[in-house]
Amino acid sequence: MHASRTKRPDAGKDFTLQATDVSDPQYFHKVVDCQYACPAHTPVPEYIRLIAAGRYADAYMVNWTSNVFPGILGRTCDRPCEPACRRGRVDAEPVAICRLKRVAADYKGDVSGRMPTAPTLRRGKRVACVGAGPASLSVARDLAAGGYDVTVYDGERRAGGFIRSQIPKFRLPESVIDEEVGYILGMGVEARFGERVTSMRSLLGEGYDAIFVGCGAPRGRDLPIPGRREAAANIHIGIDWLSSVSFGHVTKVGRRVIVLGGGNTAMDCCRSARRLGGAEVTVVVRSGFKEMKASAWEKDDAMHEDISVLNYRVPIAFVHENGKLVGMTFDKVRAEPDPNGHRTLVSTGEPAEFLAADDVLVAVGQENSFPWIERDCGVAFDRHGLPVLNAETLQSTRPEIFFGGDAAFGPKNIIWAVAHGHQAALSIDLFLRGEDVVQRPSPDVTQTSQKMGIHEWSYDNAVSIDLRYKVPHVEKARALADIKAEVELGFDPDLALHEAQRCLNCDVQTVFAPKLCIECDACVDICPTDCITFTADGSESDLRARLNAPSMDQTQDLYISHGLKTGRIMAKDEDVCLHCGLCAERCPTGAWDMQKFLLDMAQVGKMPARRMKVAA
Amino acid sequence: MTFLPKPTLHHPDLPTNALGLTRRDYEGAVSTLCAGCGHDSISAAILRAVFELDIPPHRVAKMSGIGCSSKTPTYFLGTAHGFNSVHGRMPSVATGANLANRDLIYLGVSGDGDSASIGLGQFAHAMRRGVNMTYIVENNGVYGLTKGQFSATSDKGATSKKGVANADSAIDLVGLALQLGATFVGRSFSGDKTQLVPLIKAALRHKGAAFIDCISPCVQFNNHVGSTKSFDYVREHNEAVNMLDFISGREEIVTDYEPGSVEIVAQHDGTLLKLRKLAADYDPHDRVSALGYLQTHSARGEIVTGLLYVDLDAEDLHDHLGTVATPLNALTEAELCPGSAALAKLNASLR
Repeated sequence: MHASRTKRPDAGKDFTLQATDVSDPQYFHKVVDCQYACPAHTPVPEYIRLIAAGRYADAYMVNWTSNVFPGILGRTCDRPCEPACRRGRVDAEPVAICRLKRVAADYKGDVSGRMPTAPTLRRGKRVACVGAGPASLSVARDLAAGGYDVTVYDGERRAGGFIRSQIPKFRLPESVIDEEVGYILGMGVEARFGERVTSMRSLLGEGYDAIFVGCGAPRGRDLPIPGRREAAANIHIGIDWLSSVSFGHVTKVGRRVIVLGGGNTAMDCCRSARRLGGAEVTVVVRSGFKEMKASAWEKDDAMHEDISVLNYRVPIAFVHENGKLVGMTFDKVRAEPDPNGHRTLVSTGEPAEFLAADDVLVAVGQENSFPWIERDCGVAFDRHGLPVLNAETLQSTRPEIFFGGDAAFGPKNIIWAVAHGHQAALSIDLFLRGEDVVQRPSPDVTQTSQKMGIHEWSYDNAVSIDLRYKVPHVEKARALADIKAEVELGFDPDLALHEAQRCLNCDVQTVFAPKLCIECDACVDICPTDCITFTADGSESDLRARLNAPSMDQTQDLYISHGLKTGRIMAKDEDVCLHCGLCAERCPTGAWDMQKFLLDMAQVGKMPARRMKVAA
Repeated sequence: MTFLPKPTLHHPDLPTNALGLTRRDYEGAVSTLCAGCGHDSISAAILRAVFELDIPPHRVAKMSGIGCSSKTPTYFLGTAHGFNSVHGRMPSVATGANLANRDLIYLGVSGDGDSASIGLGQFAHAMRRGVNMTYIVENNGVYGLTKGQFSATSDKGATSKKGVANADSAIDLVGLALQLGATFVGRSFSGDKTQLVPLIKAALRHKGAAFIDCISPCVQFNNHVGSTKSFDYVREHNEAVNMLDFISGREEIVTDYEPGSVEIVAQHDGTLLKLRKLAADYDPHDRVSALGYLQTHSARGEIVTGLLYVDLDAEDLHDHLGTVATPLNALTEAELCPGSAALAKLNASLR
């Protein structure tokens, strides 16, 4: 065949590659990497644009609808969105999504008038939430807005759960918790605080129509090695110690402190210790520095406060003299692959290392604990002691009991707790209306062309080349002198605007209409990241290798379109598209359009009619 | 046409050439031509050819006249030399520049108006003198800047956007170039970079007058039914005589083709042209039969594309004139004023 001679394809030609179905909301949802990665699927680019426009209250409400705690999450979120951010693939670092969320909370002004109130039309159903942490509060918010009577129980006197007891005040001021918890309690939720639920059976006896268990993973894992019992006075379980600090029961710590563990709790422990008299604080981890579970930025913040991290050290014993802790011994190890290729830690054979310490904080993990749920009340538990649940509906083996947050699948984080809360609320609503809980309501999706004129789009399509902006911090000496002094000062509006402009607007989708295309190559020529290729059909692996820029990341989709006159296909690699709209500006026929794709997850109170089936 | 500069962010795995430059380093200012203009595709093809040949952009001189086509050198190789001449006078300026400094690579970019109407005489003389340059005509068959009147390359009988038929005969620049002695002649299509890029690379490496007629649909005024320069018409009537693969001297030649189907042609500078024959009866080394072939197929309404003629022993204007090899700006006073003895010797030779 003549290579340069391209004839119209025979009618009904079969293509190796299926054309992309862009009417499936999951396709464009996946292109919005940040929103897709967020467990609560917060429409990130939408609120970032609102921040850029100075519409902080609107940005806050977009967040509040999706993730319930924007001010809290804007300071403490694990930010799964940021590693997913497309900007991180074309630039050194992703957009500071999390800290922009905080900007919306900081500058929103008074939004109390925009908060929903409990509807006057009541459903006549009562729901109990056990625990007043983020999962329970999310359930309470959604159901209260849906007209249910919700009662929240918690052993503490104030709501917030681990948000209040675990997270140090220098990362999250109490006023932020009070405000955001207050919005929910202000919706007519009955608070029974200071009232710890001690028996599921007696709770069931109170006649609730449904019960949500959001009691977290409240037990800190211990380290039963020699000397633990003898030196107990100076060995503290990390999460218990943090809540004692939080509630003011603990106000000082020894000069030399060892923190065991490499997670975010360990980071909170070591930084709190630095503020309570710990002059020499050392974090000791079993594995490597890289393998630590703590978020990179939390490690950075800790090291900035002169905290050292020792890695590849396995604890041998707590050393004590006359009943008092004097330090710990560690075995130095190195990582080696075992015959199955898994990493294992092998002793280097060096003599045990002694580290002197006045106090040791043990932050080596958390566990679930349900001593208050009678094992014969119909809720089944698996061999790890976790409830048996449908992963999607969060319904337990007793139909009216649902779980969420850390109580459901073990310790995760706040944003997962919120996501569970929304799903559990949907399930409870379906259950109480006598509907099938596995028939999940589909999300609300709108898609709107952004074209206003030949070169005018209703989004700012110019791409900023600024590098990520750093959040200003309070001076170190001041931060270490006061455990309640918030370290991060947050972006000011000017910094926030510049950081917001780094967002690539990935929710403004490139939508291709093959019938209009004349294959002039204008889009191919202008694309700054070589995303678009017009080529012969082929298998996906073959095609990925012969795109204008080869694309080997199988997790990023190819947008495939048939129906071109020459019989070729259009393949657009979504991976590094800047969503700058130049393809659409260059297109002489309007075959490319930039359309804003807005996906809002279904929530109780705003249930769309369509349903989609999930695996039971 | 766009108002936004192209973002500088690029694909993380963008390849680099032997100079360590990426394709993006060969860009120019953002185009102000109509969206979808064929000329922009040709600019992209030129950019790719120069990138792939590892040519430093500042060793290229972009010469042009007036018209949509002649604006395009602004839109590629932003760091190259350039001269925007009077309408139709690009060949004279290019000839002069080439005589003054033969070390630069001369790329003339012109249009059907610039070369087939006002500059037809200029075009003819650059070809017959063998100026060492690549001369690309971005041929859309209309005067786009003045709202789409027929140009001199419009086919007789083709209709305008409003449906009026063209009564005049068309000038075939490929036929003219062959008759006038061009030593490299090709034709291609802006919508087919697989054919166009290797042709431009081979032309840039050709010593002598290299001419490429590149059909480039005007999306605004000449892309309708009735046009013979539209995307659809050209795709329907494109008869490629061969497919060219350009091979730089460094690469190994793999001969896994059927005997007789591939011809490897060595150029002066050691680069190789691998020609895959598509039309069995076509010989790109025979100027006379090429002319006949072109006219036969043209009469059938077919557009013959590919490498149509190449003279491997081509000479250029400098060879004909015996000029000094050093660029004039590099000659020193000693060479320019050789002294009274040399003058006396010269005078004596003329007595």
